[in-house]
Amino acid sequence: MSSPISSKQNFTKESLEKQFRLSEFLAEKIISSVAFLSIAIIFLIFIFVFKESLPIFSLGKESAKVEMQQSVSASGDQPESYGGVETEDLQPESYGGVETEDLQPESYGGVETEDLQPETYGGVEKEDLQPESYGGVEKEDLQPESYGGVEKEDLQPETYGDVQAEPLVENNDSAEDTAKEKKSNSIWDTLLTPDWVPVSENPRFGLLSLLIGTLKVTIISMLIAGPIAILAALYTSCFASKRTKEIIKPIIEMLAAFPSVVIGFFALMVMATFFQDIFGYDSRLNAFVGGVAMALAAIPIIYTISEDALSSIPKTYTEASLALGANKWQTAFYVVLPAATPGIFAALLLGVGRVFGETMIALMATGNAALMSANPFESVRTFAATIGAEMAETVFGETHYSVLFFIGSLLFIFSFGLNALAEFYVKGKLIKKFQGK
Amino acid sequence: METTTTEMNSSLLSTQNKSSDLKGKLIVGATQLAVYTIIAVLFVILGIIIYEGREKFSWEFISSFPTNGMTEGGIFPALIGTFIMVIVMSLAAVPFGTITAIYLTEYASESSKFAAAVRFSVRTLAVVPSIIFGLFGLGFFIQFVGTGFDTAFNGGELRWGQPNILWASLTMSFLTLPVIIVSVEEALKTIPRELREASLALGATKWQTIKNVVLPGSVSGIMTGTILAVSRGAGEVAPILFTGAAYYLATLPGSLSDQFMNLGYHIYIMATQSSDVEKTMPIQFATTLVLLILTLSLNVIAVVIRSRIRRKAK
Repeated sequence: MSSPISSKQNFTKESLEKQFRLSEFLAEKIISSVAFLSIAIIFLIFIFVFKESLPIFSLGKESAKVEMQQSVSASGDQPESYGGVETEDLQPESYGGVETEDLQPESYGGVETEDLQPETYGGVEKEDLQPESYGGVEKEDLQPESYGGVEKEDLQPETYGDVQAEPLVENNDSAEDTAKEKKSNSIWDTLLTPDWVPVSENPRFGLLSLLIGTLKVTIISMLIAGPIAILAALYTSCFASKRTKEIIKPIIEMLAAFPSVVIGFFALMVMATFFQDIFGYDSRLNAFVGGVAMALAAIPIIYTISEDALSSIPKTYTEASLALGANKWQTAFYVVLPAATPGIFAALLLGVGRVFGETMIALMATGNAALMSANPFESVRTFAATIGAEMAETVFGETHYSVLFFIGSLLFIFSFGLNALAEFYVKGKLIKKFQGK
Repeated sequence: METTTTEMNSSLLSTQNKSSDLKGKLIVGATQLAVYTIIAVLFVILGIIIYEGREKFSWEFISSFPTNGMTEGGIFPALIGTFIMVIVMSLAAVPFGTITAIYLTEYASESSKFAAAVRFSVRTLAVVPSIIFGLFGLGFFIQFVGTGFDTAFNGGELRWGQPNILWASLTMSFLTLPVIIVSVEEALKTIPRELREASLALGATKWQTIKNVVLPGSVSGIMTGTILAVSRGAGEVAPILFTGAAYYLATLPGSLSDQFMNLGYHIYIMATQSSDVEKTMPIQFATTLVLLILTLSLNVIAVVIRSRIRRKAK
């Protein structure tokens, strides 16, 4: 180690040039091609999730035509494709079973347009549904959801198994629906309605109430998780002694090790009752309970990333500030925190992403009723929970299946956009900072 | 001393001392409160689950099969299913993640568009909701790869084109990939540039430097990443909802093409779809307790390993 270089060899111009080595070359190529895979994964995810949702686009255009021709066979087809699933829908793994045993033969192979269309869109026209709308309290146009009405009476007290309960509700519905059946024009008319009644003789795939539900839960949980996590991160990185920090940080990060299904279970069994006793609302499982539970899932993410951001601020910053006579808290609040803003913002966005797509907590703690209401103490149904709850009941190739994949594509696009926003924002901020110094 | 400094400086400390002291106290108090709230909630959850689950929790519960329509008995198959899945997942995700992290820190140049794209992809992977991975697993692994494989090599016989433990594990490995990449990358970045330069100056090639200097220094990062990924994967349910988890199986999975029972999924169905939710309550809490012990002890192990390696490095 200590021997002088000059004694060992003489440098010539050639020896100093970079030499080609096969092992080096291969190592670099292999490593970068593995790295390329992560780009490929993103594309694959989008392609394969979106691909499964494609049928709804072609269905929309041709639906009117086909429905005219096959109006008779419409009623005949339905029992076939649905019956098997409905009886088995207590078993979440029925997806595999159903597909392998009885449904593949009839559902695959380009028969979609004939078999599946008739049951897909019908009668979502507003005039028809309004009579059965319940109450019409807040907004005239948005209310016509029979689903919500029925759900409220039957399901709300204990909405444990929405999978079990749903068919009951929809069967009640469908009797009325068939009488008023009318054909709507395209899938988009259907998607932009509040009705989410996927399993019935006249299924409707309105996404608005799901969107409202998702946003409600996300906002509630971010309002709780954001401030708490950032403040905790600030304490850990700026005020806590080294010893305290070594105790606090692993403990809070341990919250990240709580699986979401555990948090969901806890929310379902303990928190729901606890909050109901305090606030005394009607539905035991609702957006608020779900939001609080999801905050628990989001806190460790936001905390860890913002703590990292705060701790990665160079010591010279703090020392300079302290040397200028600032207090500890002034340093933390006016020097460290602003410097770490991009990192904290990224942390918040990751928190939103986590909550927005959180499935298990939503499935277990939010009540899973697709209602249109701004009340945080009403049951909600989120996008992710809808996919999680219903994918097992659907049949490969049917419209319900495609719509669920379409929701998946939307979630994917949203999280992609969210991340792009964070990326550009953070980068822009950093560039500004570098230019400023 | 502080007052004199305050007089000397203008911009930052122009606020009056008294009010700024109060403000400071409030801020510190609020941050402290936030920390204690989180810790209190954490221990309350832990306490309640331990309290409710202790009754049923025993060796017999862990080592026996569920009986009587899953209203009695244990969780052995769910535990084993989770273990197998986590192992297969790590085998796929850890090398992949480590290599990607090495690329990002060692090979990629600052201005490389490709590296920027990789970074962006990894961050996107981290924010993609877990249920999307489930959809992806269904659309890609089962419908595309599995069914394609069956048609090509199995003569159309259905073997891989259905939910099974392999597809569930691979789906899960995609989900946990960013966890690994991020923590390995972080660890690689903490290795001082001087060390790399010293190694290069001594005549080592780039790959030799990585292998002998950089990687040994980042073992803690790889460990932490793996353990975090495992504890995430063990508890995550959404991606396996329709890529391999089964409601009930009478036997353990014999091959990678079998379905499997999973602890988290078991909790979910017991709590929401059981025939008698009230009666099975102790079982549910005990199952939750087992899952928590599993994930939390993994976390503790990670922390211990990390601190030990750090101490050694000093």
